[in-house]
Amino acid sequence: MTKIFQSEWMSHLVDALLPVFATLAALIIGAIMLLVLGVNPIDAYAALWDGAFGSSNAFAETLVKATPLLLVALGICISFRGDVINIGGEGQMIIGAILATWVGLNFTDLPGWLVITIAMLAGFFGGAVWGGIPGFLKAYFNVNEILSTVMMNAIAVQLMNFLLRGPMIDPAQAEAASQIPQTARLLDAFRLARLMPPTRLHFGAVIAVVLAGLVYILLWRTTLGYRIRAVGQNPHASRYAGIQVSRYMVLALLLSGAFAGLAGAVQVYGVNYRMITDGSASGFTGSAGFNGIVAALFGGLHPIWSIPASILFGALLVGANKMQRIVQVPSALIIALNGLVVVFVVSSEILRKQRQRKRLAVAKRDDELPPSGDKQIQQAEAGS
Amino acid sequence: MDFIIILQAGVASGTVLLFATLGELLAERSGVLNLGVEGMMLIGAMTGFSVAIKTGNPWMGLLAAMLFAGVISQIHAFIVITLHADQVVSGLALTFLGTGISLVLGEGLSKAGTVALLPNFSIPLLSMIPILGPIFFTNQSILVYIGYLLTPLAWYYINRTRPGLHLRAVGEYPSAADALGINVFLTRYIYVFVGGMLAGLGGATISLAVAPGWFSELTTGGQGWIAVGLVIFAQWDPVRAAVGSYAFGALRRLILDIQGPTILFGAANPFYYNPYWGFFLQMLPYAFTVIVLVIGSREAIRKRLGAPAALGNPYIRGERGK
Repeated sequence: MTKIFQSEWMSHLVDALLPVFATLAALIIGAIMLLVLGVNPIDAYAALWDGAFGSSNAFAETLVKATPLLLVALGICISFRGDVINIGGEGQMIIGAILATWVGLNFTDLPGWLVITIAMLAGFFGGAVWGGIPGFLKAYFNVNEILSTVMMNAIAVQLMNFLLRGPMIDPAQAEAASQIPQTARLLDAFRLARLMPPTRLHFGAVIAVVLAGLVYILLWRTTLGYRIRAVGQNPHASRYAGIQVSRYMVLALLLSGAFAGLAGAVQVYGVNYRMITDGSASGFTGSAGFNGIVAALFGGLHPIWSIPASILFGALLVGANKMQRIVQVPSALIIALNGLVVVFVVSSEILRKQRQRKRLAVAKRDDELPPSGDKQIQQAEAGS
Repeated sequence: MDFIIILQAGVASGTVLLFATLGELLAERSGVLNLGVEGMMLIGAMTGFSVAIKTGNPWMGLLAAMLFAGVISQIHAFIVITLHADQVVSGLALTFLGTGISLVLGEGLSKAGTVALLPNFSIPLLSMIPILGPIFFTNQSILVYIGYLLTPLAWYYINRTRPGLHLRAVGEYPSAADALGINVFLTRYIYVFVGGMLAGLGGATISLAVAPGWFSELTTGGQGWIAVGLVIFAQWDPVRAAVGSYAFGALRRLILDIQGPTILFGAANPFYYNPYWGFFLQMLPYAFTVIVLVIGSREAIRKRLGAPAALGNPYIRGERGK
């Protein structure tokens, strides 16, 4: 018996470590790319590590970067579990941020805690609308949600550019010749509290971690979550079971967008205290809408595992800036590394499934056979 | 505003979409969805421009662009064909990978100066046709003419030749194709490679002909995604793909050019006097893509036309097919 226990325990351990192997494999290929660029990979990775974890301030910055990643990743856990693919995190973040900023700029008479609450809800709502539209189009017009969410990103970016250069521009910038596309600054009272001054770590990180717990409960302890997952696993069976499949598709995308919208609101109230753009989506979001997908996939689409995954990718992003300064490697290398990590995670997922299938086959064979001695179990183990 | 000139430029800019769309179409016809088009186009644009600068020969650039993008596409091919992994996730990863690699290798390339471009020329006689002549056959890049040839060729190949029949069989019913002795895996690898090469060609068409230069990820500006959308609109038919590509190309040009003149249709041009209104115009291609997807998807349901039956599914020998 102990042998079976040990072997199962071992194989679960291997499963849990697969993402680590995937990261290592990606880093090795990254090292080869660095060598091609004529940079010593050890120097580069040392700078990366130092930039991400080298000091308390560096670590705080890592967590600041990880916060929007985690929020987006939570939404991704919901939508991917429901088998709807949300690539629209960037756009949903932007719309959420626009609404939240509008709240902060227009309700200046209200107390800070109330404005922050309304603004977070506004962000949640904005993202929900922006995610809900592709959800609606998928459920009722059979429009591929991958493409519609990507298109909604581009539309949101132009909407942001319009608003930040037009109606929502900082009055001071409107008069100045420079015309930097940004909104006015939020009142000091409306800022999310800093947790570890002088670092920029803010209360948004706490919100994100609490929500990770709530999303876990939503997905595995509520009917809504159960139905979203059921639709994701098998829409036909779900339909026979009386679940309105299209409604849950819309809901999954809507909720997914809502979390990204909240991420946008948190960025405004916790980090920048205003919206500012360089004309591209990543100028505001830091590509969190995309990297959140990577983090969620890395975390196995599990809200709790998404926490360490987000910290890892936050660290890569922060460390990349330091790496760029010290060894002059473009920080875009991290985008390629992210892609490689996903490549390896997806590939290793297959290995895990194969081994799982084998385990099941072995278990089935053991069930069918009459109770047997150690010998057969050992054979089964050798096969697995 | 001269509409002839806008349409002429629109055809050139539509050629970019045409190559990428045809490439994706071929890959999807074999049953492999590749969402990495944007990444492969960036690789193509960057490689084409940088090799053309290094060698001084744009043809070398074009060749290198197609090869590099094709090689990158094989990562996706290996993951989804041999490892049976999720095609959506792997395609996304390919987009990240392609974007990252092209940004890293393209660092500093935007200031690298100008490059010898591919030749432009007019076709004698055909360019004399009123209206159509100036739009399609006057002073266009050689790549535009290649695009004209490629569309009917692709249609003929898919619908009227034996390898085209094999391609369709592999995409529709891989286990039947396998039983007939067609190598499903090899076929898919080949068409993913061809798709990658065409996406790379599309990217290089931007950086070596239509809008020369390297402007990091703004070089493609989401056209790879529009190409994936156009395949759905085209219902996997090359001719419809060409129509969609040129229409989108013309729309993109129109949006650029409408903001230039001070007077539009006899009135003051609002987009000239309020430059930030122009952002609404720039939404249009993406909004139109959504509309086109709605139309395309509805029509597909009504006519019971649709994606290749095996699109997105890995082929595993011995497992019951769908």
